Amino acid sequence: MQTPSKTMAVNDEIRQFVIENFLFGKGENLLDGESLLDKGLIDSTGVLELIQFVEDRYGIKVADEEAIPQNLDGVTCLADYVCKKLTTIP
Amino acid sequence: MCGISGLVKLDGSQADPHQLTAMIGTLRHRGPDASGIYVAGAAGLAHARLSIIDLQTGAQPMSIMDGHLWITFNGEIFNYVELREELLNKGHRFATRSDTEVILNAYKQYGEECVNHFNGQWAFAIWDTKQQRMFLSRDRLGVRPLFYTQTRDSFLFASEIKALLAYPEVTAEIDLHGLDQIFTFWSTLAPRTVFKNIFQLPPGFSMVVESGNVRVHKYWSVKYAPAEEDGHLDEKRLAEELLCLLSDATRIRLRSDVPVGAYLSGGIDSTVTTALVKKLAGDRLRSFSVSFADAEFDESSYQREASSFIGTQHTDVCCSYEDIARVFPEVIWHTEQPVLRTAPAPMFLLSNLVHESGFKVVLTGEGADEMLGGYDIFKEAKIRRFWGRDLESNWRPLLLKRLYPYMENIQRQSPAYLKRFFRVTPEDLVSPFFSHLLRWDLTAKLKVFFSDAVRSEIQPGEALAEIESVLPEEYSTWSSFNQAEYLECVYLLPGYILSSQGDRMAMAHSVEGRYPFLDYRVVEFAAKLSPNLKMKVLDQKHLLKLASDGLIPASIRGRPKQPYRAPDGKSFFTSVMQEYASELLSARALRQNGIFDASAVSALVSKFKAGRANGVKDNMALIGILSTQIVVDRFINQSTGDTKKYANTFENNGCQ
Repeated sequence: MQTPSKTMAVNDEIRQFVIENFLFGKGENLLDGESLLDKGLIDSTGVLELIQFVEDRYGIKVADEEAIPQNLDGVTCLADYVCKKLTTIP
Repeated sequence: MCGISGLVKLDGSQADPHQLTAMIGTLRHRGPDASGIYVAGAAGLAHARLSIIDLQTGAQPMSIMDGHLWITFNGEIFNYVELREELLNKGHRFATRSDTEVILNAYKQYGEECVNHFNGQWAFAIWDTKQQRMFLSRDRLGVRPLFYTQTRDSFLFASEIKALLAYPEVTAEIDLHGLDQIFTFWSTLAPRTVFKNIFQLPPGFSMVVESGNVRVHKYWSVKYAPAEEDGHLDEKRLAEELLCLLSDATRIRLRSDVPVGAYLSGGIDSTVTTALVKKLAGDRLRSFSVSFADAEFDESSYQREASSFIGTQHTDVCCSYEDIARVFPEVIWHTEQPVLRTAPAPMFLLSNLVHESGFKVVLTGEGADEMLGGYDIFKEAKIRRFWGRDLESNWRPLLLKRLYPYMENIQRQSPAYLKRFFRVTPEDLVSPFFSHLLRWDLTAKLKVFFSDAVRSEIQPGEALAEIESVLPEEYSTWSSFNQAEYLECVYLLPGYILSSQGDRMAMAHSVEGRYPFLDYRVVEFAAKLSPNLKMKVLDQKHLLKLASDGLIPASIRGRPKQPYRAPDGKSFFTSVMQEYASELLSARALRQNGIFDASAVSALVSKFKAGRANGVKDNMALIGILSTQIVVDRFINQSTGDTKKYANTFENNGCQ
């Protein structure tokens, strides 16, 4: 089980990554619950960038069947997904 | 092929030959063989000649015998032989063997309607000394460029914008609405250009300047059959008819008094045109191509196979990342507009190869994708439309996997993400732009890099509103497939393909491109075909493949569509960033020009430097920003150095 502060840290790091990589620093209007697809922030490569980032940063493996918008399409849902995965790592 | 320019003093004052000399001096690359100017009272014409037909007596500006009609002409009228015969029978007399004189006599015979008799690629201006009237025209598909502007007292025209900027009262200023259109559609919507108060005559239009007034007239446009008229489905007969038309289109495009070569890309289209040239012109055909050091873009194995099958003497130029970065500023000097891809750069290197090989004319395969169902965007729209008929279906969207087989990032996506990227909404399904909305949406995201000042000048959605306002009335009666073809044919083809990758890159090295697929007879034939023959189920260019059976290698007929692409952003971040790119993308230069947000661009550049920018959007953004900065730098910041420098340096050998 991740602590609330850990979850918040993951959330912040992912938010920072999204702002730097997809909004090029202009992140003032980004809401954590927003869909990155609906905002047009990511193209097909963007999804792969997101996956690579969380795999490298948190040492998790995003399985093919987990690479779906429900897990990855937004700062909050991606942070939730990452934290859930972290709890399953021994 | 040539460069043209001219002017009319709207206040009736005397035209200044020195100003014409300065204008045509900027177009020497289009016509290095000879030059001439003609001035008569308030009007003047100028010409820079690349001699191709009637080498001895085809000099311009040209007049016919009674001397009251004068012309400056860029291009070719391929059916001039037949027209000349027709005009002789009507009593006209000729002093030369040139197609230029045929235009003048045709104008004398048919007036403004003369253009309907022409089969060719042209931009010309005729000055009628009796009527004091200038008649200008541009070919049906926009192969040849024609720009114009108006000052306080003058109307000016030229093959390229840089010639207009050589005129003292014309200054370059970015048209932000034009820039907005490029960052949506990849090109401006004619008559708009990326410069304020500088316009282009749209393809299929003529123009008259008379008594201080300017009027334009649309003499031709592509017309598709209504959706319910699905055309004939006799494939075999139609394939034969297509081949017959293409053969004749090629035959008349071989009319030249200098040797003709062929571009060979390794795809179906240019292999067909090269094979037809070989059949018609016989031995000793030279073919040319560009290959890439990076295997991801390289098609040289197909090019060699096609050359060997057809029997051409083949030469290629190998293009590296460094080559693209090295020539890019010069490329943009010739495109005269920002671009979102580096694809013009290899075409620039290719025309240099052709020029250095001693050739002035090449036949190429442009136009087949637009007219005969070749582009992937047509396939994408067809699959999305099919899915849209049953949005709840689970298997229909699986067809999305069939799209873009050459794009690894698409192929690696989960079905759930593919469904989101190629989304279909009920609103999209009724949009006139169903096929193109996703692409335009994606491109428009690049505007995040615009500065606040620029964004405040542009209304969201204004580019879409403008294109919607100029759609022809009958557009809504066409099938979705033909609507998509129309958008490619009328906007991207002249606005980007034929200009930034076509005329401008070829003419940068004094090379003329000729395009059998853009013969208007082929275009009109294709427009009446059933979309199911152009793309049978998901088989792109189905009828062309049938027509070329036995003409080209089966492996090329059967290979999946591979669009011409070149390495983009990575070209500028190899071992060391090109000095000019570093300077133009610096915070100082960005702030000085004021178009882009310096900190956002800095973040993008950092992403490239870290090797993390691999997506289409990032690459389009970098190339769009860099090319815009080059346009501003070369045409605005250095305008006195680059566009005005030819004044008084170009030999005036034809002043009347």
